[in-house]
Amino acid sequence: MIQLVWFCLAAMMIAGYVVLDGFDIGAGAIHLLVARTPAERKQVLATIGPVWDGNEVWLIAGGGTLFIAFPALYASSFSGFYLPLMMVLWLLILRGVSIEFRNHIDSPVWTPIWDAGFCVSSGLLAVFYGAALGNVVRGVPLNASGDFFLPLWTDFTTGERPGILDWYTILIGVLALAALVVHGALWVRHKTRGALSARAGRFAHGVWWLLGILTLAATAASFSLQPHITANFRAYPGGAVFPLLAVAGFLGMRQRRELTAFLSSCAYLVGMLTSAAFGMFPYVLPSVGAPDFGLTIYNTAPAVYGLQVGLAWCIPGMALAVGYSVFVYRRFAGKVT
Amino acid sequence: MDSALTVDRLHFAFTATFHYLFPQLTMGLALLIVWLKTIALRTGNEHYHQAARFWAKIFAINFAVGVATGIPMEFQFGTNWSRFSKSAGGVIGQTLAMEGVYSFFLESSFLGLFIYGEKMLGPVGHWVSAVLVWLGSWLSGYFIVATDAWMQHPVGYALGLRGEFGLTSLQDLLLNPWVQWQYPHVMMGALATGAFVMASTGAFYLIAKRHEAYGRIFIATGVGGALFGSLFLMATGDGQGRNVAAYQPVTLAASEGLFSTAQGAPLAIMGQPDTSAGRLDNPLLLPNVLSFLTYRHWSAEVKGLNEYPRDVWPDQVPLLYYSFHIMVGLGTIFIAIAAISAVWLMRGRLFGSKPLLWILMLAFPFPYIANTAGWMTAELGRQPWLIYGILRTADGNSPAVSEGSVLFTLVGFMGIYMVLGMLWLFLIYRELEHGPGAHP
Repeated sequence: MIQLVWFCLAAMMIAGYVVLDGFDIGAGAIHLLVARTPAERKQVLATIGPVWDGNEVWLIAGGGTLFIAFPALYASSFSGFYLPLMMVLWLLILRGVSIEFRNHIDSPVWTPIWDAGFCVSSGLLAVFYGAALGNVVRGVPLNASGDFFLPLWTDFTTGERPGILDWYTILIGVLALAALVVHGALWVRHKTRGALSARAGRFAHGVWWLLGILTLAATAASFSLQPHITANFRAYPGGAVFPLLAVAGFLGMRQRRELTAFLSSCAYLVGMLTSAAFGMFPYVLPSVGAPDFGLTIYNTAPAVYGLQVGLAWCIPGMALAVGYSVFVYRRFAGKVT
Repeated sequence: MDSALTVDRLHFAFTATFHYLFPQLTMGLALLIVWLKTIALRTGNEHYHQAARFWAKIFAINFAVGVATGIPMEFQFGTNWSRFSKSAGGVIGQTLAMEGVYSFFLESSFLGLFIYGEKMLGPVGHWVSAVLVWLGSWLSGYFIVATDAWMQHPVGYALGLRGEFGLTSLQDLLLNPWVQWQYPHVMMGALATGAFVMASTGAFYLIAKRHEAYGRIFIATGVGGALFGSLFLMATGDGQGRNVAAYQPVTLAASEGLFSTAQGAPLAIMGQPDTSAGRLDNPLLLPNVLSFLTYRHWSAEVKGLNEYPRDVWPDQVPLLYYSFHIMVGLGTIFIAIAAISAVWLMRGRLFGSKPLLWILMLAFPFPYIANTAGWMTAELGRQPWLIYGILRTADGNSPAVSEGSVLFTLVGFMGIYMVLGMLWLFLIYRELEHGPGAHP
């Protein structure tokens, strides 16, 4: 039971990370496309400057949550996805210094380098995150002690010998890029004025169609690839609330009001992620080949005392953290100048 | 030793050592910035406001590199040390997650406000945000040191059904006797780095005859911080040493180069440990001092390495011995530099004393070396254990990750960190060159 609570908490932390860091990653991915002049680029960065670092803390806190609650999952997945995870770390480093170092020198040589670093690292991170989620849904070849090591790719099919990249994980990677691009564009539209805001809005609406097609394709592929998802939705029809949230969010992104459209995009991301979590439950890393080796929230959790005491400090701690975030976002509310 | 394990150890050692160059300055400066802001708030002296703004810029550059190199630390437990994570995650996951939840959210939220929001917050609000950034950064230090303390001296755990360690007492984990000395010791080390960097910058401005009003503020603040920090470094280091004597006596013997048990054991000031012959070559000894420092009794017996089987000796005795001696030696020199400078400062002669200004200007690398040597002492002293007495380092790394993969990412991190280090130097140099400036 307490494992289920931690599963929900971990899902919430990951969804929080994707929604929050997602908009600054998305803003980065479209940075060079929607911001044409140096002044506009500075504005895009100003929309995320005071908050991106706090958003990234959700990743650390989410990783910490997995470490406490499902140490065997943390150990198995982080070592099994060794190479792509290291690349994610390198991209996070590139992205962090690109954002922080850019404005220290106002030079036509210095700033374009960091603008490019910010844009490329953000776009690639979106794809990597999507592919990671794809790997978790598809499953990995776990052995009896819960270990695996995946090559970057094999034959791009989802058979017995999968790689990090196959047609399915690439599809989810592209979906994640499209979703975060729309999310980031709606954020930039909401936080800026004039030509930049209008251009971001047009960009979001253009990619929205593609996002719809990709969402349909990824949903169909996930249901056919992972029968566990179908089984869960059959057994607990109430779970339909999660995909419905995603659909509502998706439709809401067309809203004329800028904040409503952005919040709809948040709802879409939360809906998609919670649908995936609901479909996978109780698995956190299924096994391809030998289903018995799959990692669940029950066979990866430690003794109950740690989970209970962890909950006792984690919930007030997260309430505080949300409090700081609300305070900071309210302080920086309104359009950037 | 198998070579994948060696590469895994080097991977962690390199990324952790490089990472900690940045947080030590962040944590030290955070306190000194609060000090500058407090004086500015109480006296309304615009120079102190401007001095705080200048150090906030240095802080921001340093913080960015600290964050960039810090994220890989948490993930490395899982990537390279999966057997350790699997068995100990239920315990150390607590402190690592607490760091994220209780300190990083605080620190990052209010750093954004501190850097971007001075006008919006007003003087008191800006002071509060500086205090919260300091609190966040020092809390983060607490959770990390508590994590390390559990690996040095595991408490509050029980062995579970699958061979994993489960937490049995959060209170024991957070109030580990080890953390009670190690935490203030580490924080004072960070204060020493921040203070010497500040004093060094001030000395540079006075020698170069630029921004001299600020130079004097930096020297006075830096020397005060350095004296406070280095005196408490000695006091907390003594407490930490007695913890090592109580819980890791073999580590004490190795770091002191004491091969044979002795009544009234001498303190080795210098000498080279020869592990194959089992003696300290070319020693310079202070008779009976080690017994006194350890047990407060001049003729107490201190056990030497000969009392312990080889397989529980730290596996790098000479490196441990040299790291420990460099740390202690430098700490002693810090007290001397800070005390002499403080006396000269109070007599009003420091700002005109060229030799002392040169010493202060050139002293800044040494706290970095001392902090690094201190962590090497702690972590090499923990060997051959990953969790002292219960999990060997050789049983902690990831079975599924090949040596070649680890070597590849180690070389990758070395390259990336070299570039980061150069960028950091370049940007810090520009800020120092530009100086605190005349603009209010």
